[in-house]
Amino acid sequence: MTPPTDKLIQMYRQMLAIRLFEERVNDLYTRALMPGLAHLYIGEEAVAVGICAALTNEDYITSTHRGHGHCLAKGASPRLMFAELLGKEAGYCKGKGGSMHIADPATGNLGANAIVGGSAGIATGAAFSAKYLKNNRVVVCFFGEGALGQGLLYEEMNLAQLWKLPVIFACENNMYNEYTHFSETTAGDILGRPAAFGIAAEAVDGQDVRAVHAAATTYVERARRGEGPAFLLLNTYRYRGHHVGDIAREYYRPKQEEQHWSSTRDPIMLMSSWLLEQKHADQATLEAIQAELTSEMDAAVDFAVNSPYPDPDKVGQDVYA
Amino acid sequence: MPETATSVREISFGEAIREALAEELRRDKTVLLMGEDVAEAGTTFKVLKGLVEEFGTDRIIDTPISEAGFAGLGVGAAMTGLRPVIDLMFGDFLTLVMDQLVNQAAKIHYMSGGKWKVPMVLRATMGATRRSAAQHSQSLHAWPSHVPGLKVVIPSTPYDAKGLMKTAIRDDNPVVFFEDKISYTKVKGPVPDEDYAIPFGVADVKREGRDITLVGTSSMVQVALGAAAMLEDIGISAEVVDPRTTWPLDEKTLVESAKKTSRAMVIDEGYFRYGVTGEIASVIQEGAFYDLDGPVRRLGAMHVPIPFSPSLEDVTVPTERDVFELARKMCNK
Repeated sequence: MTPPTDKLIQMYRQMLAIRLFEERVNDLYTRALMPGLAHLYIGEEAVAVGICAALTNEDYITSTHRGHGHCLAKGASPRLMFAELLGKEAGYCKGKGGSMHIADPATGNLGANAIVGGSAGIATGAAFSAKYLKNNRVVVCFFGEGALGQGLLYEEMNLAQLWKLPVIFACENNMYNEYTHFSETTAGDILGRPAAFGIAAEAVDGQDVRAVHAAATTYVERARRGEGPAFLLLNTYRYRGHHVGDIAREYYRPKQEEQHWSSTRDPIMLMSSWLLEQKHADQATLEAIQAELTSEMDAAVDFAVNSPYPDPDKVGQDVYA
Repeated sequence: MPETATSVREISFGEAIREALAEELRRDKTVLLMGEDVAEAGTTFKVLKGLVEEFGTDRIIDTPISEAGFAGLGVGAAMTGLRPVIDLMFGDFLTLVMDQLVNQAAKIHYMSGGKWKVPMVLRATMGATRRSAAQHSQSLHAWPSHVPGLKVVIPSTPYDAKGLMKTAIRDDNPVVFFEDKISYTKVKGPVPDEDYAIPFGVADVKREGRDITLVGTSSMVQVALGAAAMLEDIGISAEVVDPRTTWPLDEKTLVESAKKTSRAMVIDEGYFRYGVTGEIASVIQEGAFYDLDGPVRRLGAMHVPIPFSPSLEDVTVPTERDVFELARKMCNK
């Protein structure tokens, strides 16, 4: 079933917001305004947006080191995101978490995690709570295909299926475990892994936000009905390097491959063409969205750049609740 | 023991823990227990016997043998409205849950700028001399004590175990609670009927004395008390102090006792090197240096994997005789 026009436009808008956000992260990082590391989500926007559009605000997500897109798609404010990325007091975590640890109870974001696969337990535990407390919530555990190498994931998949917990394991296969093609690290058929636990699983074109949304809706609602977890394999592509500084990439993947994905498989381009073709929107509407988001993102960057750093006296706060 | 207690019974260390858990399970529906064979079996040590009959399998939950899996699940459950008590059958299995404990549970509150909380208790056993060899005998409480964000409880008596378990469950932080396996049935003591909780970071003077302070933890408190009785026979008055929690640590009581007696020894069943004895000794040294007659001395588990054979294992853990001999030397008697 095709979602209503406003929902389709909203998904387009959200993908574009993530793209514009990440382009500014790249800029801030290369201008040395952002400390640490920046793992960009550019190219993968349809995954976070399609899935989060199938969730309520009360539903939970866990995210990854490449998590800006998940957090924004779940409703995070770009201002507070940028502030956190720059290590500012106004940021989501008061500057204590940074790019890889954005967390926000108000939008059901249990936190981004810098241990690959590290949030599988948290997501499954949140799903356990949802079942125990009967609050009808669903949890999405985002992880990259690199996490397929972590044992914890399989312990959690076993527990989730055993206890029919409402958790969706969303495997974003962007094809590269850092600087290594996943075929060099991953034996057998990926979908055979959830199948071994009896978990409902499906491969989805991760560049097609409508396909992602449709699949996510099916399995989220199934989980909400108490029918247990699901595993979505979202085939996508990381346009940029593992992190912003990963520029010379030809030793692990050809430029043509990158060009192929960005010129023919771009999720934002695919969606805008479809919206225009199906007359859900005209060019002027899409341009207005772009203009609006551009000024919103620029203002958010200004806010973050001009925000103060936390007072060093606060370093010892929040260690214990 | 509070003087207001009206009814006091003599129960074992294990029974005290079971009572604390049962009372918290009754008081708060968000409390649940999870681990390997915790339900009908009541754990390998039978500490949880009877709980599943009262609270059902929805709250006393048997898990697969997936320590990282159910500890991680506990972290997520704790963040989202529950107060899980996670049972780690052997403390040696801490190695299996370290990422969930150290990188997740301990850091989530801080990394989120104080937004998420992890009110989870991880129960772990400790203690050697059960002929269980190197992978089922270690006392690894120094490890979580090293990590900011965790609290670590290491009780020695039934009264302390019950009161500290209640505090652990009610605390909004991840707490690791170490239970000495031999103490489960061997150590008995008075416990009042009334509900009580013991705050963390408050040491307890188990025996007052004038000549030397013996700081003991967990099973080593009994060892220190036994040594103190022997020392009394040769005219040495030993004070026995039990920190009860390694973090937060009641530095004040430890330092005050050492200042009073002018000598201090720390006895702990964890490995001697880079462990709890080193930390406590340095706290005392820094706080009481000018009042001490000599360096703070330490006794801990020998720096070897814990051996199987009784003749080998028994020499790896401090004994009453070891404490007695060292204390006598320190007091020049």
